[in-house]
Amino acid sequence: MISEKGLIRLSLLFAILCWLALMVTDLFILFAQINQANAGITKEIPYLFLSLFILFSFFYFKLRVLKAESVNFIDLLWHVFSTGLIVSLIQLAIGLFFYLLSNSKLLQNDLAINFFYHINIAAVIVFLTSTFVVWKRLILYQKNKRLLFIWHFFEYGLLATLLFNFFQSEFQQWVFTGLLGLFFVLGLVLSFNLKWIAYLNFKQKWRSILLLALVLLYLYYFLNNLFSFSQEFNLILDLMNNVFVLSLAGFIFVYALISILVILFNLPTSSVFEQKISEVLNFQRLSQSIQKGDNEDQVYNVLLESSTNAVFSDSAWLEIYNGDEKTKLFKSNISESKIMQTKKSLQESSVFSYLDKQKSNNFQKNLNPARLTANLNDPDYSSVLAIPLIIQDRQIGLLVLLKDLADGFNKEMVDIINSFVNQACISIENFELLSKALENERYREELKIAMRVQKSLLPQELISDIHFEMFAFYESADEVGGDYYDYFKIDEHKTAVIIGDVSGKGTSAAFHMSQMKGIFHSLVQLSLSPESFLTKANNALGYCLEKTSFITASYYVIDNKEKSIVFSRAGHCPALFYRHNKKEATYFQNRGLGLGIVRNDGYGKYLDTNEINYESGDILFLYTDGIIEAKNKDGEEFGYDRLSKIVTENGGKKPEEIKELVIHELYNFIDTESLDDDYTILIIQFS
Amino acid sequence: MIDIEITEEDNISIISVGGDVDASSSIHLDEALRKLVEDSAVKYILIDCTRLEYISSAGLGVFMSYIDDFKTKNIRMVLFGLSNKVMNVFQILGLDQLLYIVPGKKEAKEKLHEVQS
Repeated sequence: MISEKGLIRLSLLFAILCWLALMVTDLFILFAQINQANAGITKEIPYLFLSLFILFSFFYFKLRVLKAESVNFIDLLWHVFSTGLIVSLIQLAIGLFFYLLSNSKLLQNDLAINFFYHINIAAVIVFLTSTFVVWKRLILYQKNKRLLFIWHFFEYGLLATLLFNFFQSEFQQWVFTGLLGLFFVLGLVLSFNLKWIAYLNFKQKWRSILLLALVLLYLYYFLNNLFSFSQEFNLILDLMNNVFVLSLAGFIFVYALISILVILFNLPTSSVFEQKISEVLNFQRLSQSIQKGDNEDQVYNVLLESSTNAVFSDSAWLEIYNGDEKTKLFKSNISESKIMQTKKSLQESSVFSYLDKQKSNNFQKNLNPARLTANLNDPDYSSVLAIPLIIQDRQIGLLVLLKDLADGFNKEMVDIINSFVNQACISIENFELLSKALENERYREELKIAMRVQKSLLPQELISDIHFEMFAFYESADEVGGDYYDYFKIDEHKTAVIIGDVSGKGTSAAFHMSQMKGIFHSLVQLSLSPESFLTKANNALGYCLEKTSFITASYYVIDNKEKSIVFSRAGHCPALFYRHNKKEATYFQNRGLGLGIVRNDGYGKYLDTNEINYESGDILFLYTDGIIEAKNKDGEEFGYDRLSKIVTENGGKKPEEIKELVIHELYNFIDTESLDDDYTILIIQFS
Repeated sequence: MIDIEITEEDNISIISVGGDVDASSSIHLDEALRKLVEDSAVKYILIDCTRLEYISSAGLGVFMSYIDDFKTKNIRMVLFGLSNKVMNVFQILGLDQLLYIVPGKKEAKEKLHEVQS
């Protein structure tokens, strides 16, 4: 595939080659004519070369102009102007040459005349095709489907007329005129697509008029030149007989003329259009400035600048209230002392009392634009426009615009400033929301860290030896939870196991859980009885927990020599014990009181201590109340009975299977993905 | 949803609690109790749990947090009309050992007197 650059070069090369071929064949035919010899080539050959030359130069400019990325209309017109300048310089040079040699013999020579005429042909065609491509770009600016269709019809039709040359004869004069007329009408229709003009500013409009006028002048000069050649000399190839060239020239002329007229009529209103464009751009700046990572001050500066430009105010200031902090002041062409003085005058005006009234209503009602502007009794300024900046019924600032003529602000001005202020407020609000969202995101990250830390508080490895096998499951409703289990090998035979649940959920529960872990590992080393362990834990927690918080726990000491379990229950839901020989799971029945409820030495009296003996295959099933209290859609609890039934039916299985079954049943029961509480299961199977 | 009514009968304040008392709704129970505890004229409180369907650990925490206040302010509180399920929740945590819980209103009033004497 040839690159675009390659195509451009290739088409230029072919255009030059075709032109050279055209000139050579034409001169050859002429030479043969003069010498009354048979040239051996028909008239169609040079026409073919002419058509190819036109096509290639057209293709060349099409590629070049379309490639130019800028849609700067002045640049495009300048391109046409400069091409025209070169072409006219060439023609002038030829004209000068002819003038100087007007008496010389050379001018009697048809060969020489035709040679120069061919140079003219090349120059004019280059100008026409390049201008045509530029016009195309201008006309198709903001195109629609219909326009594109008409244009394509026009463009391809025009190129098709190149074929006309091959059938040229006197009989076809009416076809010639008809085609010319058709393309003239089409060109006229297309010439009213002048949307680009609206986007020119005042200065650009004047420059466009000048450039277009020069294009008209060139065109006149070129055509005149071609015409005089056609009249004066015997030409082997006369461009004045070419439908394509004439249609093209006509179209370029009409479009340039109409453009000039339309620009001329648009001149007086262009300042209004410029004003509107700048308002839109300012609007965009206001809404985008925050996204670029600028701070709020940037928005305020843009607001002040846009507002002063939009209404041509003489002075302005913007005050931003920052809660208890100092009010921020943005000034435009006014000193602070002047602001103080103007503020005094402002307080006497009707605007101030109106704003005061709205403020006491917390800006519930929409502001009345007519009440925001008033005439001032001030030595420097005669009229004022004051608009408050409001975010969610809270005034964050005030924009004050001043003029030294009375009644300086009309309704349109108030409206545009109002929309500026609204947009600025939206930007500021978005900025605040974004900052909050970022902050929340950071908190979420922190919570994730907390979750990892908390997971690491639970034992990473459980015991699985010849005496018993442990299996645990833990799932938390929030990122962090309040369930806790742990174990500690007190000595060769004794292992302490604890399971606990902190009242409440989330972060506070997680903190208390980590306290519980600290207490467990401190006290467990003392090899205490369950009762004294829980009593000491209760005392310690009395210093740590707030009044409404408590922790429930069960403490078990497993002795693999005696094959016994000694345990106490501190308000925790009673454990299930599965007896292998009876194939039945039952709950322990013993008294107990949650930790942190009674904060005195009398705690021990609320506790029972029990001891049981276990046999091989027995299972101690520990869990937290999240399992029991899990509710289905009808508000029914999973309950103690369901749990004991599952464990009774499956007590003979491996701990992992039992856990799977319980979890499976539980999730089936609640029938939802979201958890209300933390779920913890710790299964110990004795061997 | 929680539903709390406070009435007074022969110098006895009665809080009737209905519905579910969970982490969010327990605030209302806390408000009701606080109001009575802070009123120096109140010496006897009955909690009517006949309509109470569910209580979570947070709800228990509310009763728990006033145990000390009752002692220092010499207020007697008795709960009655607990369903088996609700009673079980109190028992598991061990609060039945700290609070006076009786089956019916009649026994509850007697209990108030018993405590008094």
